[in-house]
Amino acid sequence: MNKIPNRAVMCEVLKEAAARDRNLVVLCSDSRGSASLTSFAEAFPAQFVEVGIAEQNLVSIAAGLASCGKRAFAASPASFITTRSYEQCKVDCAYSNTNVKLIGISGGVSYGALGMTHHSAQDIAAMSAIPGMRVYLPSDRHQTRKLFECLVRDEGTAYIRLGRNPVEDVYEENAVPFEMDRATVLSEGTDVLLVGCGEMVKPVQEAVGLLREQGLSAGALDMYCVKPLDREGLLKAAEGKKLVVTVEEHAPYGGLGAMVAQVISACDPKRVINLALPDTPVITGTSREVFEYYGLTGEGIAKTVLRAWKE
Amino acid sequence: MNALAIKAYDLRRDVVDIIMAGGGGHIGGDMSSMEIMLTLYSRMNVAPDRQKDPDRDRFVLSKGHCVETLYAVLADKGFLDLEEVKAKFSRFGSEYIGHPHNTLPGIEMNSGSLGHGLSVSVGMALAGRMDQRRYRVYTLMGDGELAEGSVWEGAMAAGHYKLDTLCAVIDRNRLQISGSTEDVMAHHDLHARFASFDWHVIDVKDGNDVEQLNAAFDEAEAVKGKPSVVIANTVKGKGASIMENKASWHHHLPTPEEYGIICRELQERKEALCRE
Repeated sequence: MNKIPNRAVMCEVLKEAAARDRNLVVLCSDSRGSASLTSFAEAFPAQFVEVGIAEQNLVSIAAGLASCGKRAFAASPASFITTRSYEQCKVDCAYSNTNVKLIGISGGVSYGALGMTHHSAQDIAAMSAIPGMRVYLPSDRHQTRKLFECLVRDEGTAYIRLGRNPVEDVYEENAVPFEMDRATVLSEGTDVLLVGCGEMVKPVQEAVGLLREQGLSAGALDMYCVKPLDREGLLKAAEGKKLVVTVEEHAPYGGLGAMVAQVISACDPKRVINLALPDTPVITGTSREVFEYYGLTGEGIAKTVLRAWKE
Repeated sequence: MNALAIKAYDLRRDVVDIIMAGGGGHIGGDMSSMEIMLTLYSRMNVAPDRQKDPDRDRFVLSKGHCVETLYAVLADKGFLDLEEVKAKFSRFGSEYIGHPHNTLPGIEMNSGSLGHGLSVSVGMALAGRMDQRRYRVYTLMGDGELAEGSVWEGAMAAGHYKLDTLCAVIDRNRLQISGSTEDVMAHHDLHARFASFDWHVIDVKDGNDVEQLNAAFDEAEAVKGKPSVVIANTVKGKGASIMENKASWHHHLPTPEEYGIICRELQERKEALCRE
């Protein structure tokens, strides 16, 4: 049972990078604890900026720093950094072409019973709609490390959503298949294709096994790079399949499912089912309870796929 | 008479020509902020041949809609070609759009959405401190813009971090598109407001007076341990009687007749200055 959340891995990579690159700076909005960045602030006080509970300021200050040559990593709850600071993300980061990495911590329904104010179920849609903004949702701690090792070196802006809780490993520590902006093939299959991102990748992986037991051969993709979506990888994996099923911790509109459906309908038309959170404030509960209620678990996904397969 | 004060009238004519060529522009604020931008660019350590110099001073036009004046000033400084600006401003496919864009020489950040420039400038000043560089960071805001809450987030951070290399300027022309700033959303005592955020506040009685502005920027440069704000009391539409202190000229394209009147009065005022 893994006990290390992805955000803690992010902090480790940022500390390693900050030690060799004094231009790497981290900004928080009274969020260093929830972002697991307290040890960064302690180790690199000259490369850390606290802005208080002011997310718009957080993003604009990060952009100002970046315009002067800094690699700015701004971390704040995903719900706030994306929608409260949306205009700053659009204008000061993407439009102005500054090297700001926007880290949405406690993404999706990580905050569970705290309710809709603290859930980020619109972030993929919102951030993907900004020209020049990349959107990444890493699945496990190992992929998170690989992704951040790339992000600390690149020059563009991006939004990265991380969950709050530790998630089960999808990959083995020393054998993590990773290529920047390329979906990772979790399994090959012949009947259906499952596509997941972020915390939904582990249940997708579990669903593949459950479907196999039922005689259904499922291919699966970890589409951590929601934007730029790996169209080529998607079309290759979808080739010959009768059904594509997307799974995301997001509202049903404008997210991974919508983007995958766009590509499939244009290039290789076939049935696409989007599994997501509903278009309502989600039911109160821990994220685990919420996922179970809406069928966003390995079992829930397998059940939906089997039903659709038989239709 | 101060050559810059005279030049302000030449550049006002450039601004009017840019607006006429492009078919629109924020002429009222362009005119009120002319001396502010011209004075700043006469002092700032910037030059077209070293646009990437890490020690250059930074300017962020937070009230991005006054880009026509910025274009005129940048052309005067050699960053842009005035004739090209006039030929292309607001035209289909043009890079000379109605708000600043940092793909153009001399422009640091994109703006247009109000309430961003101060926070961006805080980041620039923090970067200078981290790198132990002494460049100064200036941002120009409109007084109507101060109703944006993000301005006060930036003001809080600048005061908290004692950013004495940062100087904000407020084009206090007391008018916005709907009318008087005090009727739309009152600012009351702006001096006291900024002072309460730990800023050094400098009131400029006539924000269209180059000498008064220079004195204010000298004072700001001498202040240590605090950011400075220059509240420049200006006249919206400054330069021609038909547009002065009229909210309706916030964004107004002069008719051919009005254009002639404005050009004549700009010339008369310039000649009067030359005689002083």
